[in-house]
Amino acid sequence: MTTGNTTTGNTTTGNAMTTGKAMKPPVPARLGPGDVARVGLSGLRARPARVVLSALGIAIGIATMVSVIGISASGQEELLRRLDRLGTNLLRVQPGDSFTGGEVKLPAGAVAMVDRIGPVFTASGTGEVSASIRRTDRIPKEETGGINVQATTLGLLQTLDGRVRTGVWLNAATERYPAAVLGSVAADRLGIQRPGVQVWVGDRWFTVIGILDTVPLAPEIDRAALVGIPAARAHLDFDGHPTTVYERSAESSVEAVREVLPRTVNPENPSEVAVSRPSDALAARAAAAGTFTGLLLGLGAVALLVGGVGVANTMVISVLERRREIGLRRSLGATRGQVRTQFLTESLMLSALGGAAGSAIGAVITVAYAIARGWPPVVPAWALGGGLTATVVVGMVAGLYPAVRASRLPPTVALSST
Amino acid sequence: MTTPDRPDSKIIEMTGVTKHYEGGVHALRGVDLTVEAGELLAITGPSGSGKSTLLHLIGTLDRPSSGTVRIAGHDVGKLADERLSALRAAHIGFVFQQFHLAAGRSAVDNVADGLLYAGRPVRLRRELAVAALERVGLGHRLHHRPHELSGGEQQRVAIARAVLGDPPLLLADEPTGNLDSASGDAVLGLLRDLHTEGTTVLIITHDHEVATGCDRLVRVRDGEIVFDGTANDRASTAPRPEGAR
Repeated sequence: MTTGNTTTGNTTTGNAMTTGKAMKPPVPARLGPGDVARVGLSGLRARPARVVLSALGIAIGIATMVSVIGISASGQEELLRRLDRLGTNLLRVQPGDSFTGGEVKLPAGAVAMVDRIGPVFTASGTGEVSASIRRTDRIPKEETGGINVQATTLGLLQTLDGRVRTGVWLNAATERYPAAVLGSVAADRLGIQRPGVQVWVGDRWFTVIGILDTVPLAPEIDRAALVGIPAARAHLDFDGHPTTVYERSAESSVEAVREVLPRTVNPENPSEVAVSRPSDALAARAAAAGTFTGLLLGLGAVALLVGGVGVANTMVISVLERRREIGLRRSLGATRGQVRTQFLTESLMLSALGGAAGSAIGAVITVAYAIARGWPPVVPAWALGGGLTATVVVGMVAGLYPAVRASRLPPTVALSST
Repeated sequence: MTTPDRPDSKIIEMTGVTKHYEGGVHALRGVDLTVEAGELLAITGPSGSGKSTLLHLIGTLDRPSSGTVRIAGHDVGKLADERLSALRAAHIGFVFQQFHLAAGRSAVDNVADGLLYAGRPVRLRRELAVAALERVGLGHRLHHRPHELSGGEQQRVAIARAVLGDPPLLLADEPTGNLDSASGDAVLGLLRDLHTEGTTVLIITHDHEVATGCDRLVRVRDGEIVFDGTANDRASTAPRPEGAR
């Protein structure tokens, strides 16, 4: 038995003798994360061109999604900053609806009453005048150009935080005389760039003494020609009832002021008073800026999906081409699980490479676009994180089938293929 | 030979092994073969004789349809796939006719992969790989890639990879099949050296010279062992010369 040459006869005996001696079956060693990464990377390094092309698909998808999210976030940030600058403590009081459907007016003393509310810093009002404003007396009365005439208290500019672009604002003297200050849109429509020009209001000439900058929180002022209340009463049949009252209060007490405004302005019929907050419209726009991107985001998702299919395709081909390598690794002692892990890692790395490149491209696009528009560039971290998660999921899903196929390949078949 | 203290003395034990594939191909029809540790063995036979199947079974790359195969005392038919993988990682080195080196990776990296699945740290693997390459006479080719090496050199790299973890059993499948005679002699010399150092070396070959250069010769035909003995025995008993291809 100790000789090298064994005949078939005594082999059986030898076998029977050793059967009793049970040996501990060997246990496969675990690959450390470094080895897993190294093996995955070596597969990618062997085919750089293919890696770049299939990662490109993922990159396009992620870049689209990141830049869509980034650009809308930058736009939203811009609106929010504007909102911050303008303040959200402005409230606007207007006549509401009556039960009978008749015309509703604010009481003549409404501005003074609002001004007496404790937390109110400043209040002012405008009252619409029925007279129309025209460039000259030759233009028919009907052609108002969408602009109207408002009688105003002197404090309006302060309440609205408005600025005079050119000329001067009304004062205690000019409010008695036929003098008008034009809103920015009104000035454009009338074709007036500088003060000193005469305009036809109602049935007499008024002199333009100033033109306002755009007032973001009160666009109705942009479309108005403003005259003093005494002048409006004297020349334009103004009845003294304000149609809009503006007030600013401490930021913290806006809601409280809002509560008491209807009863203060019109104690008899508080329900006929409508209170609104102009900044709400801006806030709504900011919110809308974040949601209009659904379609573009969907496009990015489709691109990502196509990229994922590209990765899966690359991996399937890779498994077919590398049967011999799989066979060799199995002969070196790789378990099925280790072969599966290798191809899954490769797919993940491929996808992550595309994801990283796509995130970078998306961020660059966002910053470039925002700077070109004068917005503050914002690339939300959740968008980058979401992009990374998406690529990991795509890489997993794309790599699963090829990896399972590779691991199921019998080593003998893998080694004998050419 | 009741040797519970030396369970490793029989490195290969095959008893009544058959192997048939789907479609009714009977590659092996009842093979009994025992190989002691430290032997130098050649398996020969014409194409389709079943010697490749025999190699696959000995290399635990496949399982028998019936009968038992024991490698280093482990019953291959009873081990789960991952245990078999571990057995290959620890006990068996393979050398192939086509070398199977990874293109684009240096000789050291290729050789270092020989211990990848044995769980050794990368630094140690590379150190051992350098030593193994020096041992096969390629100390000056450490960072060459396979396409920069001759066929003989590539096969020596493959041998270095196979023996990196000092496996007790080395299986060589037509190791000289793709080489000219000078390179083939160098490779054979290397295998013989490994045998001298204690490794069990099993060579599958068509080549008459290679076969007769081994201590023991097993001839397979139609799925059965038709000869098992020394080269001298064979010369006297075999009716016709090797190379019946």
